[in-house]
Amino acid sequence: MITLNSKIPDGPLEEKWTKYKKEAKLVNPANKKKLDIIVVGTGISGAPAASSLGEMGYNVKVFCYQDTPRRAHSVAAQGGINAAKNYKNDGDSVYRLFYDVIKGGDFRAREANVYRIAEVSNQIIDHFTAIGVPFAREYGGTLTTRSFGGVQVSRTFYSSGQTGQQVLLGAYSSLNRQIKAGTVTMFPRREMLDLVIIDGKARGIIVRNLITGEIERHSAHAVVLATGGYGTIYYLSTLAVNSNASAAWKAYRRGAAFANPSFVQIHPSSVPQMNEFQSKLTLMSESLRNDGRVWVPKAKGDRRPANEIPEEERDYYLERRYPAFGNLVPRDVASRAAKERCDAGYGVGPTGLAVNLDFRDAIKKQGKKAIEEKYGNLFEMYRDITGIDSYEEPMRIYPAGHYTMGGLWVDYELMTTITGLFAIGEANFSDHGANRLGASSLMQGAGDGYFILPYTISNYLAPEIKVPRIKTDTPEFQEAEERAVERINRLLSVKGKQTATDFHKKLGKIMWDHCGMTRTEAGLTEALRLIRELREEFWKDLAVPGSADELNQELEKAGRVADFLELGELMVTDALNRRESCGAHFREESQTPDHEALRNDDEYAYVAVWEYNNDQPPVLHREQLKFEFVELKQRSYK
Amino acid sequence: MNKILFSAVSKKFVMALAGLFLLLFLPVHLGINLMLLKNDPEPFNSAAHFMATFPLIKVVEVLLFLTILIHVTYGIILQILNWLSRPVGYKVRNKSETTAFSRFMIWTGLSVLTFLVIHFFNFYFIKLGLVEGDPENFYSVAWQLFSIPGYVILYWICFLLLGFHLYHALQSAFQTLGLSNEFWKPVIRAISLIYAIAVPVGFAIIPLVIWLFK
Amino acid sequence: MKLKLKIWKQKNARSGGAFETYDLDGVAPEMSFVEMLALLNQTLVQQGREPVAFDHDCHEGICGSCGMYINGYPHGPVKGLTTCLLSMRHFKDGETIVIEPWRAKPFPVVKDLIVDRSALDKIQVAGGFISVTTGAAADANAVLVSKKKSDLAFDSAACIGCGACVAACKNASAMLFVSAKISQYALLPQGKPEAKERVRAMIAEMDKQSFGSCSNTGACEAQCPKQIKLFNIARLNREYYKAF
Repeated sequence: MITLNSKIPDGPLEEKWTKYKKEAKLVNPANKKKLDIIVVGTGISGAPAASSLGEMGYNVKVFCYQDTPRRAHSVAAQGGINAAKNYKNDGDSVYRLFYDVIKGGDFRAREANVYRIAEVSNQIIDHFTAIGVPFAREYGGTLTTRSFGGVQVSRTFYSSGQTGQQVLLGAYSSLNRQIKAGTVTMFPRREMLDLVIIDGKARGIIVRNLITGEIERHSAHAVVLATGGYGTIYYLSTLAVNSNASAAWKAYRRGAAFANPSFVQIHPSSVPQMNEFQSKLTLMSESLRNDGRVWVPKAKGDRRPANEIPEEERDYYLERRYPAFGNLVPRDVASRAAKERCDAGYGVGPTGLAVNLDFRDAIKKQGKKAIEEKYGNLFEMYRDITGIDSYEEPMRIYPAGHYTMGGLWVDYELMTTITGLFAIGEANFSDHGANRLGASSLMQGAGDGYFILPYTISNYLAPEIKVPRIKTDTPEFQEAEERAVERINRLLSVKGKQTATDFHKKLGKIMWDHCGMTRTEAGLTEALRLIRELREEFWKDLAVPGSADELNQELEKAGRVADFLELGELMVTDALNRRESCGAHFREESQTPDHEALRNDDEYAYVAVWEYNNDQPPVLHREQLKFEFVELKQRSYK
Repeated sequence: MNKILFSAVSKKFVMALAGLFLLLFLPVHLGINLMLLKNDPEPFNSAAHFMATFPLIKVVEVLLFLTILIHVTYGIILQILNWLSRPVGYKVRNKSETTAFSRFMIWTGLSVLTFLVIHFFNFYFIKLGLVEGDPENFYSVAWQLFSIPGYVILYWICFLLLGFHLYHALQSAFQTLGLSNEFWKPVIRAISLIYAIAVPVGFAIIPLVIWLFK
Repeated sequence: MKLKLKIWKQKNARSGGAFETYDLDGVAPEMSFVEMLALLNQTLVQQGREPVAFDHDCHEGICGSCGMYINGYPHGPVKGLTTCLLSMRHFKDGETIVIEPWRAKPFPVVKDLIVDRSALDKIQVAGGFISVTTGAAADANAVLVSKKKSDLAFDSAACIGCGACVAACKNASAMLFVSAKISQYALLPQGKPEAKERVRAMIAEMDKQSFGSCSNTGACEAQCPKQIKLFNIARLNREYYKAF
């Protein structure tokens, strides 16, 4: 049975992190060399963590499933990265960033964690700039910013619509520097199959070499999971098709508790689905809502081409419903509003499941060139996919699964409920509450990796200097390897008729219909049944060709889908448990008269932390959220 | 240091410099050749004599030969290395868009080299005494050669190929030397085009004029 | 749409390979090329046959995973697109499409259409970074950078490392890839202090990985899905000479 101790330092909000750093134990440079750290994942938190720990002198081993660390899906983040620099002199501050994130997350995140990430945000920008990330600049040579949803200041730093790529490549370059220096060893094309725990501490991982199929054992004094989110559970999402939850899920099954699994952000602007073969939904950055106006026709079922619908017959529903924030309301609000319009029959496009995002007015005012400079690559991408030129007619967008606020539960030190196992970036649950604000994911990922984990992990490792290099020929490694092999053999031995993708699509539909943008008691209960049925069917009718000792992409997929089939159930269980609406979690039973999310702070101001309980239902633990520094308020963007 | 001197980029640098030097020599040669159009053999022969005997030219001549040697050797070495960089080729021909003639530099280059060797047998080796002939009367040697239709056709083909070679060569040299950018690229391309047409045409019209008017 | 696909099949790096021909029905024009291949694989697995191995991940042209040689073009016949964004409306019903892996000595075939591009990583490891340790940076606005230079640096930094330039080049040269990285750092003041060491190290590693040299044919620029410009190579050369 786990006990939750969030280890939040006491004292005033602004002094907690400073106090922690002051008191944290250190490891002297000579000893760092003797300590091994495993980092799984090379995205915007894994690569920074690995490079920083390498710079400090630890012996770091890094793993990713891609052929090179540079392809982690953070590369696809478009809009930007937030920081409280206040370069625009618009009243921004660390406190305001903190408050926006807490409020944006609908008061379901930890104050101390959020304040800390806001505190380090400025350093992130400084560091990225110093290592050559080409952020957009003003003519005077200073960095420029733009606005994002849920915020009334301009604090988002960006590189065109490719910010994720630019910061990730920056982090990748630091990683390369450490690989050259010999402090970091890179293991690409490896998939983590299990976590090894020795004497209650995370001491290693079992991975599969995706090229040869070989099962490898890797040991360390601490293990860091930077494996991202699980949004691909919906099958169609904005994530890379190979993004998966398996590493985190394996950790969960070994005892790392999972927090708020049902908190999933549905991004309001993705290119709508066009056919049943589609494998992924492409994101159109939220930054587009800076200049694009969202609308549907005022008349139901009006199928005229957008440009033929006159101004007075257009319903700019976001501006109508939320005059204060207009098109820049947070993502959960914008997504639900779009769904509401489409469900009511006002949707546009061939399927009626889309709304217009119109740049006509912005182009008229600022000129085509200015718009091109800000979003050129996004317009291009949209044209490549749809064949539509958005300089001439509106984009059509629809919500899509995007980011998971839920994740492995971590304490203030980013350690999970397994001693020595850390989770950073999207893989943990800590900073975004029930909804993430745009451009905060890069901030949190990089912040965890560069400026938080290096301190907290050192605090953990300080007493570990007496522990010699962990051997991999122990019974624990043996057992974990056997478990992994057994599971692969099980997947291969079903020899049924349906592919992993078939099952993934079915699961995705169940999750989208019942555990997506809106949720109901009945729907969730139904989903629970459907998922269990599907899981049973999976283990009876799965088809995986080929063998385990070769590159086998179908086998990889099958393993991931098998994990999703278990995670799906946990997500639904969590959604059922939370009988309130908050942020992205919208229970239809709990809404205000004007259809906004209605929280229930008396009963649900907690983090739902789920502990694995073998084949029994998971055990719920509650981490009560104490709001000492902000006042709990009904979120309003009107 | 060796790594730097013999890196792929350095080899290209040397080739480009050598190539540009050869490009300077061509108009000089053309200038002398145009004297063939005079009915009087005297100016041409004395120019040839001057080129053969003046001490400073002697130095340039050695340099010229060295340059040809370097340009050709490096070109061949680089080509072989480049072929080795793709030991297994594509089954479908690579249709990626490329600048005109750039894919055939080794072939146009080798053709020009072949012509050069013939040319040496006809003139230069005479001067060196390696081949029989009168080094003081290249005028008549040239006129005689231009009276052989087969030779003239070969001569024209070689200059056509030289033109192809030059058009890419000049632009490429600037790029390799790091002297090209968005602004200068079209200018360099125009100069390359003019040069690549003017010089070969200049050489090629000599036998034509001799045929038509002499 | 109905297609005939001739795809290179190769079990692993050590074994030989050959083309296999597949008939595929039910291709929709709005599918992307990788979705079309996924449909093929779906059909093959259902028939109990071995699917075609190929790399793909983000499906939005930014991760650089996908890449194959389609009918004589790296990433296919449409300019400025990765394979994952190449839509099937650019192909005709009944067409035969020949698909080969990237071919270059530094890119050995791993399986079918998957090649090992770690040589590109090795070039980056050799010097594709700025040596600033975490925590050491001054305020981001302490160094001013002209917007023009910064924008140019961004254009170069947009390279996704897919390897199409190498695949397109008749010499299997990685000069465009290397020049993109060198240019990004050469254009920014932050990259200046170790500019010489960087360009020397990266070029030396490029040679060591046995990439070919640059013949300035421009095939790389034509096929680059991110339209990285050839001027970067001129800048790389310049930076290299300055490093002597």
